[in-house]
Amino acid sequence: MSGLGLLIPLALLLGLGGLATFLWSLNAGQYDDLDGAGIRILTDEDCES
Amino acid sequence: MTAAAPSERVEFVLPGVKCAGCIAKIENGLRPLSGVHGARVNFTTKRVAIDHAPELTPDALRCAIAAIGFDAQPIAAAAPLLDNRESKALLRALAVAGFGAMNVMLLSVSVWSGAAGATRDLFHWLSALIAMPTVAYAGQPFFKSAWAALQRRRTNMDVPISIGVLLATALSLFETIEGGPHAYFDGAVALLFFLLVGRYLDSMMRDRARDGVTALMRETAPGGTIVLPDGTTLWKRAAELEPGMRLLVAAGERFAADGIVEEGLSTVDRSLVTGETMPERIAPGEPAIAGTLNLTNPLTVRITAAGDRTSIAEIVRMMEAAGQSRSFYVRLADRAARFYAPAVHTLALCGFAGWMLAGAGWHQSLLVAAAVLIITCPCALGLAVPVSQVVAAGALMRKGILIKDGSALERLAEADEVCFDKTGTVTIGKLVPDGALTLSGREKSLALALARASLHPLSRALAAVLESEQVEAAPLTDIREHPGLGIEAVADGLRVALGRPGWLGIDRVDAAGSAVALFAGEGPATLLRFSDRIRPDAPEIFLRLRQMGFETILLSGDRREAVAPVARSVGATALVELSPIGKVEAIQRIQRGGHRVLMVGDGLNDGPALAAGYVSMAPASATDVGQSAADAVFLGDRLAPVAVAVAAARRTRAVVRQNFALAIGYNALAVPLAIAGLVTPMLAAIAMSSSSLLVLANALRLRNCAR
Repeated sequence: MSGLGLLIPLALLLGLGGLATFLWSLNAGQYDDLDGAGIRILTDEDCES
Repeated sequence: MTAAAPSERVEFVLPGVKCAGCIAKIENGLRPLSGVHGARVNFTTKRVAIDHAPELTPDALRCAIAAIGFDAQPIAAAAPLLDNRESKALLRALAVAGFGAMNVMLLSVSVWSGAAGATRDLFHWLSALIAMPTVAYAGQPFFKSAWAALQRRRTNMDVPISIGVLLATALSLFETIEGGPHAYFDGAVALLFFLLVGRYLDSMMRDRARDGVTALMRETAPGGTIVLPDGTTLWKRAAELEPGMRLLVAAGERFAADGIVEEGLSTVDRSLVTGETMPERIAPGEPAIAGTLNLTNPLTVRITAAGDRTSIAEIVRMMEAAGQSRSFYVRLADRAARFYAPAVHTLALCGFAGWMLAGAGWHQSLLVAAAVLIITCPCALGLAVPVSQVVAAGALMRKGILIKDGSALERLAEADEVCFDKTGTVTIGKLVPDGALTLSGREKSLALALARASLHPLSRALAAVLESEQVEAAPLTDIREHPGLGIEAVADGLRVALGRPGWLGIDRVDAAGSAVALFAGEGPATLLRFSDRIRPDAPEIFLRLRQMGFETILLSGDRREAVAPVARSVGATALVELSPIGKVEAIQRIQRGGHRVLMVGDGLNDGPALAAGYVSMAPASATDVGQSAADAVFLGDRLAPVAVAVAAARRTRAVVRQNFALAIGYNALAVPLAIAGLVTPMLAAIAMSSSSLLVLANALRLRNCAR
């Protein structure tokens, strides 16, 4: 029973953390250009500062 | 990065972005420019957003992008932001509902496994703590739509959903306060989660193909050069042009406004407006139409109409008017909801009344009513319809057919008559030579050199053929273009020419098709015939469509002589010399006769007809207006996608109907249990998930529907 006191808040916190991260990434525009993200990996971005 | 410097943002459409290299080229090419603070290409929407200092004009940026080698058009920032806001809001609600459903379910499983007493009450309280904010946030899309429907004294699918979810939440809260055994928080939140998945898929599908909103702006020229009374020139945006101004239009430029030609003799390509492939001559005193292309010589035009008064803007207005009939279409799920919602409400009410009469307390009776509402959750309607359509649209997309939204698939399945535009739809819309070119090697290289010197469509068609044969262009000197006649030049001391057959001494050419003559310095001129080729599988597809129960009709703006051979070879009835509004009237006449027309067309002149049809398709080679007016766009040189799309739409409709049947059958089993008061929260959760999985699995059968 005492384990629950720790584990339930912990589980909720982790879940909320995941939710917050997802909402942040959504608002930061990370899902705006999914096709572009896939092909950008092929470009060399090192040549500019 | 100079964050403190004042910055403006402008977006450009970049139709030419095709690969990772293009992205790098544009971004790295723009960033070093002075005044540019940042540039980011969005590959999905084919746009680039540039943050720049206020002193840089959009036109200067456009030139900069052109210098890198890409064609770009500025777009107004306001409109496109609105579209995917809805999807994003749904995705946010979906994330919240997902979080809530997982955590509440975690607690509920413990309760079902036998937690009792203080532990159960604690878990119920925790569930309430998670579920209530979740319902308040994630339920909003449904509450808003339900409220809007109720205000208009109608009911839609969202009304039973909203009532069910709210009632279940309120009752569960009451149960929790009382320390009772049954709380339905998990059911309410999971229901929201499942339905939001369906809602999101539906909205995503609409967004994906909606990047054509900016198309209309691309079609007309963004602006033009004005000659001021003192003789100086000034570039103005199309919106700033006014009647009475004198507009200078270079060869190869589009007219930015309607007007009357004052000076110059040239040819214009009016295919955008009339669909006619042949260029026409234009002389002083004759009208020029905005959006058409000036081909050969510079012209000065006195503007008679500009901005939203041009004939192109008129066509756009016609399109909007014609498209209004389509907004009356009621989605399949909503039609089902008309019967479903009242039935569900009556059942819940009967359950409540029955238990009250039988002497149970109002608490017990309300629990039964809530159980009925949850167990009859319209998951099948809310989830199965969009999922079926998304799966079908995905299958079609792999075949090169882009469906704009779910209702397009529904309407496609219901169409029973098909109208085709001729130029660019049944035919490829490009001129190709009739048979092999009967030219010697020297003649070919002369022809290529001459053809390259002109913008005339026939010259370009000829140049394209010769370039594909790897012909080397001969060196020419003293090139002169005679407007409306042809090109003349000197090669090896001999006069050579390419042009109108009559001009080069070939008298009569029959009316069908187009021809050009080549004079290679000596001997008689050679006649080269060109015609627009029919899509290779057109006759076969017309036959197949007729076998599927369609009437096939050709609607063309072209002359009878040009349409007749095409109509004969595909075996369709043809209506000829139709204006854009004529096509709309033809379609409306057919639809008044009780038929549903699938319109397939491509040009700007087909825009209103595409909007007037019950459902419409356009080839990917279509003008942007055509593409944005159509419900579906298909790639490639073949016409087969039309038949494939119709077949897939019909299969989708069949699967959706099966899903409705499954859902109703399942309700018929579960509702008596709910009314009898035998449904515990656990049973409700199991029943709901299993019904959702069942319809999902059925929808997945559509994966291969596009064969």
